[in-house]
Amino acid sequence: MPKTPAGTLYRGREGQWSWVAHRITGVVIFFFLLVHVLDTSLVRVSPEAYDAVIAAYKNPIMGLGELGLIGAIVFHAFNGLRVIAVDFWKKGPRYHRQMLWGVVGLWALTMLAFSIRHLSVVFGGH
Amino acid sequence: MAVPTVESPRSGRVSPGYSRSRSSRGNFEMGAWLFMRLSGVVLVVMIFVHLWTSMVAGDGISQVDFGFVAGKWASPVWQIWDLVMLWLAMLHGTNGVRTIINDYAEKNSTRMWLKGVLYTATVVIILLGTLVIFTFDPCPVIDGVAHVASYCPTA
Repeated sequence: MPKTPAGTLYRGREGQWSWVAHRITGVVIFFFLLVHVLDTSLVRVSPEAYDAVIAAYKNPIMGLGELGLIGAIVFHAFNGLRVIAVDFWKKGPRYHRQMLWGVVGLWALTMLAFSIRHLSVVFGGH
Repeated sequence: MAVPTVESPRSGRVSPGYSRSRSSRGNFEMGAWLFMRLSGVVLVVMIFVHLWTSMVAGDGISQVDFGFVAGKWASPVWQIWDLVMLWLAMLHGTNGVRTIINDYAEKNSTRMWLKGVLYTATVVIILLGTLVIFTFDPCPVIDGVAHVASYCPTA
């Protein structure tokens, strides 16, 4: 007997997809955090070692990766606050869908502003 | 003659023999659930400020170098800020990944191994980060050569 019955996809709509996105962004952020503590620890090796590795973060390809990382962090942050509202606010469960569109809207605005700032630094020198 | 009463399941006065969950595990998972929400709120604030100071304010990411870190950690406020952020973020992330391992790893042995690796990484990273924050030297002397920077005393 197969472990997963064929032909069933749990279509939980906004609730399920926001849960999936929360998991994926969470894992991405966690792995970056491990790397980030390691790269910062190089300040204890030598100033030159730290500056050399941090220089890698400033190239354009990494600059785009940082945009993705910040996108993941901002979504996880806003959606996390939504999860808290669903859990602790009396009307949270009733408005969870509307709150998700609020999260997506705020995410888009934040990312638009951050992209302008960050990409002008990465590609324009300032 | 008194009629024996049966307490409602939610009264908290159910005799232990009839309890559905062994209480210690239930309490741990409840604590973990609550910790995710409490640490989450704090982390949103701390990480947004962290990102603002290093990636938006000033010259953005191009300003980040050894001197930038030295300037920040010259203040105990930023040392404590980064310390609290490190501990909360690592514990929050570790508990999240623990949940994911429990959800998807089906064999007991797989779960045990994955969690062993996870907890080892967590302990190493938290200890390393804490040590780095408290033993940081803005003007290190390496192999007899002193680091030259405007904020370092000249010999």
